Amino acid sequence: MNSKLGRWTLAILAHVALIVAWYLFVRIGNVPRFVMPSPGATLDAFLQPNYDWWANIAVTGTEIFGGYLLALVAGVALALAFSWSKTLEAFFMPLLVSLNMIPKVALGPLIIVWFKYGVFPNSIMAFSIAVFPILLTTARGLREIEPELLDLVRSLRGSRWQLFTKIQLPGALPYIFSGMKVGAILAVAGAIVGEFLGSDKGLGYLMLQVQVTLDTPAMFMAVIMITLLGMVLYGLVLLLERLLVARDARVA
Amino acid sequence: MSRPFIHLAGVRKTYGDHLAISDASFDVMPGELASLVGPSGCGKSTLLKILAGLHPADGGEVRIGSPSHPFDPSRDVGMVFQAPLLLKWRRILDNVLLPAEILGLPGAESRERARHLLQLVGLAGNEAKYPYELSGGMQQRAAIARALVHDPKLVLMDEPFGALDALTREKMNLELLRIWKEAGKTIVFVTHGISEAVFLGTRVVVLTAGPARMADNFVVDLPHPRTLDMKTHERFGDYARRVYRLLGM
Repeated sequence: MNSKLGRWTLAILAHVALIVAWYLFVRIGNVPRFVMPSPGATLDAFLQPNYDWWANIAVTGTEIFGGYLLALVAGVALALAFSWSKTLEAFFMPLLVSLNMIPKVALGPLIIVWFKYGVFPNSIMAFSIAVFPILLTTARGLREIEPELLDLVRSLRGSRWQLFTKIQLPGALPYIFSGMKVGAILAVAGAIVGEFLGSDKGLGYLMLQVQVTLDTPAMFMAVIMITLLGMVLYGLVLLLERLLVARDARVA
Repeated sequence: MSRPFIHLAGVRKTYGDHLAISDASFDVMPGELASLVGPSGCGKSTLLKILAGLHPADGGEVRIGSPSHPFDPSRDVGMVFQAPLLLKWRRILDNVLLPAEILGLPGAESRERARHLLQLVGLAGNEAKYPYELSGGMQQRAAIARALVHDPKLVLMDEPFGALDALTREKMNLELLRIWKEAGKTIVFVTHGISEAVFLGTRVVVLTAGPARMADNFVVDLPHPRTLDMKTHERFGDYARRVYRLLGM
């Protein structure tokens, strides 16, 4: 208990120390505001209503969470389909490994051609970058399940759905979560890159807007907001993992 | 004279061009404990999978059940493997309940039965524990309870004590005989331990490898309940020598 409390204290201290160092650096170094604003100036940018923070957060948040959920469902479903058919897996898996090598950012201009710009194509961007780690780790997790366990269910003429809900999904869960953690980080990057390439709202779009006028405090605030969105998503994944996966079964 | 519960005649199984079983023929009477013994690669596990209905035979006749002992292949098979294969995210009681859940059996009754079975296998008081809290032998006991929870007519065991240390194995042999007597099931027990096969079996079926074929099938005429000192009896030795000879040793 004591050491847990100590770890929390240290974690908070580290964050506070960074902000203090940032403040001192700007203050003592007399760093111009357009190069690096002080923490105060950054916070001040958040209070300006003309940036429309909440609307932009909502847009970027929708892109991240929407793309991520899509990646989660598609990744698990595809991996499950592969667990049913060895031929299907042998056919698609090498292809997917190749597709995984595509820098998803390079797809950005194409996605704009195909889907115009806006929330949907940016969700697709987040999806395309987050789906692979989830798919690959889930497939791995499903492969690790002992075939005799599947035999046990089959000998009782259990349905595929029972096989999935009672054996495969809970068995692969530690692996799925390790993919979900990687995917969470990537989904945030995907959505922002999507906004950089083409959008008319969102935090990434806002950054491009204020960059023109060298409004660095707003850019700083936008980066902080994006980071916080990522932390919320990652935190939710960790919380779910804590709730669903027995401690001794977790995969780092 | 009642009719056999399991009747195999000329059963063949190939995987591609690999002959896993050629001509397996034997009968098992209701309530028998039949030991299937042989070296690795002799098709013992394949034979179990055929009995479990997981793989069809490529030839010959497989008949399970008789008018006096009807058999429903969708719910009358219990399986125990070399590894306990308990679900590590489920408590012991919930692990035992898995087959009942899959078959959609009534919950309260099944729980009652699962508790009773845990008592039978000597695991009373461990219902709420997780598998990692139990030793290998205790996990295997839970796996046996799981194989019995849906009250199957036939229990298939694939080297269930192969991963245990020698002393635990002896102990589990005695336990299995007791459970078998109390539960009144027909058991097919696969092993590569000759002494284990003779000690447990009311019948021993010997399979040889390369090519996989059935070499012998005899009734073990030793009294029940069996005790460890029977292993030093002359008749026990005769049976064991008979198997050793067939396996070319």
